[in-house]
Amino acid sequence: MTLLSVRDLNIRFTTGDGDVHAVNNVSFDLSAGQKVALVGESGSGKSQIALSIMGLLAKNAIVSGQVMFNGNNLLAASNDELNQIRAQKIAMIFQDPMSALNPYMKVGRQLSEIVELHEGLSRRDARIRAIEVMEAVQIPDAKRRLDAYPHEFSGGMRQRIVIAMALICRPQIILADEPTTALDVTVQAQIMHLLDDIQRDMDTAVLLITHDLGVVAGFCEDVMVLYGGRMMEKSKVGALFKSPSHPYTRGLLRAVPNIHDQTGQLHAIPGSPPNQMNAPTACPFAPRCNDVIDTCWQTLPELTGEDTQRACIQPVEALS
Amino acid sequence: MTSAKTHLNSKEFAEQAAEEMITSRSFWADARVRFFKNRMAVVSVFMLLCLVLFAIFGHNFAKWSYEEIDWSILGKIKTEGAPSIANGHYFGLDELGRDMFARVVQGSRTSLLVGFVAGITSVIIGSIIGAMAGYYGGRFDQIVMGMYTIWLAVPYIIFFVVWQAFFGRSLAQLIMVIILVNWTAGLLIVRGQVMMMKNREFVDAARMLGLNDFAIIFRHIAPNVLWVVVIYSSMVVPEVIMMESLVSFLGVGIQEPNTSWGALISEGASTMTFGTLWQLAYPAAFFVIAQVSLYYIGDGLRDALDPKDRR
Repeated sequence: MTLLSVRDLNIRFTTGDGDVHAVNNVSFDLSAGQKVALVGESGSGKSQIALSIMGLLAKNAIVSGQVMFNGNNLLAASNDELNQIRAQKIAMIFQDPMSALNPYMKVGRQLSEIVELHEGLSRRDARIRAIEVMEAVQIPDAKRRLDAYPHEFSGGMRQRIVIAMALICRPQIILADEPTTALDVTVQAQIMHLLDDIQRDMDTAVLLITHDLGVVAGFCEDVMVLYGGRMMEKSKVGALFKSPSHPYTRGLLRAVPNIHDQTGQLHAIPGSPPNQMNAPTACPFAPRCNDVIDTCWQTLPELTGEDTQRACIQPVEALS
Repeated sequence: MTSAKTHLNSKEFAEQAAEEMITSRSFWADARVRFFKNRMAVVSVFMLLCLVLFAIFGHNFAKWSYEEIDWSILGKIKTEGAPSIANGHYFGLDELGRDMFARVVQGSRTSLLVGFVAGITSVIIGSIIGAMAGYYGGRFDQIVMGMYTIWLAVPYIIFFVVWQAFFGRSLAQLIMVIILVNWTAGLLIVRGQVMMMKNREFVDAARMLGLNDFAIIFRHIAPNVLWVVVIYSSMVVPEVIMMESLVSFLGVGIQEPNTSWGALISEGASTMTFGTLWQLAYPAAFFVIAQVSLYYIGDGLRDALDPKDRR
């Protein structure tokens, strides 16, 4: 069952120098219980997609397309309508637990405030819910920690609180915007396992936004690769890692350091991300592509294919 | 994989991780410790407390009320009106034969009341408007900033005179007009702080959680800028006392039979050529003590609360 359906999403930002085309013609579906990764390098527009779903884009954003949820287009919804969906139906986990918590508010209060508002619980009941959700994210001694301030927690514990904030109303969809980027690797593994367990228990759909392919491989079923605000490839995780079908995905996977690689070299994709000041008329990856041919500079490839969808005019066999 | 995973998700592991939890004091507790380490600030708090107690309870120690005229000394004030324990006029007499001690108690009461009530109210009003201007930005912000700029050009003493000509002269009117003149206090600084705060991620997180603007401004942003408001209030209160004294000195502020430090200083200054210096010295001393302590308290608060100057 499709919960969330994004169609032809375009996000532009008006700046003094002209419009920045951050996201171009992105479409995807999210079903109940599905775990989808949105992968891309910095500036590829992946966070902006999540923010547009939540209605939290910056003021200079111009957005078009559709984000359908329960028969409503979230992009056209008013702020009051969105407030009914936020936290209760769709919640977001922020990237940096150091700044996503209010430093002057006790964490228990930050949690209970949400259920008091949305479910009309009394202060006491809301506190009990806060303890429950803190236990659900495995914060030991939750009862005592309820009255602690964010600075009294370690980074990993704080990220658990941030996750608890997203979970407390049992949303159907969680948008996890790089939930482990600010954490060190061991804590990262704990948090991803926690998210995995919770996702399975509550049958939540998760859109995981990340640039870390290791996290994707361990957590998700489907992957979407974004480049220059355009969808490059959409596929199952297994297929993507085994036989990436798009030159960009291949470059990304090659860039992951391999312990068996004896040369000791790191493989970067040459060049730098595209300037998004103008609406693209050709494949945005063409300037950095190894397999570029003349027609790449003239046509804008669309996503095509069945199980594995790819936006490349060349057949897979023709790629190096 | 599974065994590693169960380990990572086990209670023991979480407890281990929680061990790194630091227990430390809250920001305000920290600030309190720093404030009480500042000796000048503590002395000033003590002095101010004495002044407040004097203003509240001083009349109990006066032998004379501020309305009574000591007819036995009237006319001989220069020779017999000096401060004296024997006749009960601890601070001497003013030129109308009234007890200066009772008058100073009365003046302290007025000046401190006006200072704290008008000062703090105007900072609160300015802060709320500033917070909304900073949070909403756009047209509302432009209007507020336009009003602020226009307000800077209004000569406030003339404003006092005109206001009181229309609405009469009373303590309540005085407080109201001072609030009106000072509504911009705290506006700019809170506006700037809120503009900085609203781009912080926890504000986005609050919006993501479906909180309305009111909850975001007053529950999430306000506690983060409260320290600025506290510091600012401690600077505005002595400024308002000064303003009140100035307008009273000029004769457009507080009116007889009520009095304030400024009015008393004005009276004392007008008679100092006759050699009755005590009529000037006592209210002036109280005024100076209040101003100096308030400024030192403000200084101490700034050192204690401003996170940038922690050391």
